[in-house]
Amino acid sequence: MTFSEITQVLNDQFGIDSFSVVNQKISQPIIQIQANQLLELCQFLASDERLFFDYLACITGIDNGSTAHTMEVIYHLTSIPYEHNLALKVIVERPTDGLLPKVPSVSHIWRTADWHERETYDLIGIFFENHPDLRRILLPNDWDGHPLRKDYQEQEFYHGIKVIY
Amino acid sequence: MDLQNNRLKTGDGGVIVTSVEDLLNWSRLSSLWPMGFGLACCAIEMMASYASNYDLERFGIFPRPSPRQSDVMIVAGTVTFKMADRIRRLYEQMPEPRYVISMGSCSNCGGPYWEHGYHVVKGVDRIIPVDVYVPGCPPRPEALIGGFLKLQEKISTEHPLAPKLLLEMEKESV
Repeated sequence: MTFSEITQVLNDQFGIDSFSVVNQKISQPIIQIQANQLLELCQFLASDERLFFDYLACITGIDNGSTAHTMEVIYHLTSIPYEHNLALKVIVERPTDGLLPKVPSVSHIWRTADWHERETYDLIGIFFENHPDLRRILLPNDWDGHPLRKDYQEQEFYHGIKVIY
Repeated sequence: MDLQNNRLKTGDGGVIVTSVEDLLNWSRLSSLWPMGFGLACCAIEMMASYASNYDLERFGIFPRPSPRQSDVMIVAGTVTFKMADRIRRLYEQMPEPRYVISMGSCSNCGGPYWEHGYHVVKGVDRIIPVDVYVPGCPPRPEALIGGFLKLQEKISTEHPLAPKLLLEMEKESV
């Protein structure tokens, strides 16, 4: 299935307003959707007989910084039997009060999302709602902050060890 | 007479006069048992040093599976903050006298992570005392063997038996 055929199926199912296509000119176009529609759309993408995206290859988290005031989550999907791909993008607001932006978890649709979402939470600081076990996956549990944030400041000491060189 | 000649040939019945201290030091430096653990890519070079090509065992160096049986810890690789607590605990579990070889740039000073590596301890000497630093990224097996030879030199000058008071008096006389 080509990208335009995939978007046609989504258009028929959810309507033209539910998504927008960004980066159409590059080899991997991205579909941008609202966070509150993510679950419904993903469920459809995974279970529909024509699309059957049975494999979530990657989840990417992006911090656009405090001036852009947004954060992004990008999902790369693949259908193993049909050999077609799709990239989904969700843009959420970046809270200024130290709270984490919220995106629904897709780990019950693709089990691989479990650890990907934990990594995104650990390093970027995005809270995945209804995740079964949202703990840090790489850094120690008592670590401060999310290191891949644009405004991340290293802590001075960790367990009595000086952090900076 | 024949018997005597044979004895001389095999060294049986030979006499060596030495001090107990030298004997102790010689025996300790001739069987340095490192703790068998590696942290990153330096561990690959460490394993190569143990294996048949470089054969650390000709120096009596053979990895032990437990810190309680080990004399020396080779910190082979990047020390993350998550690992730092574990390294400190493993070091504390080793019986004294114990030694530490810091192998490679990461464990010497943070290596390539010195500036932006928020997760890397900038030198393992921030958590445990280090006896020998082996530079390199990663050091070749020859370099690690060189580190062991340096450590052997250090051990050969130690005074495992001497009373502390005597050592202090010696220091004062120098």
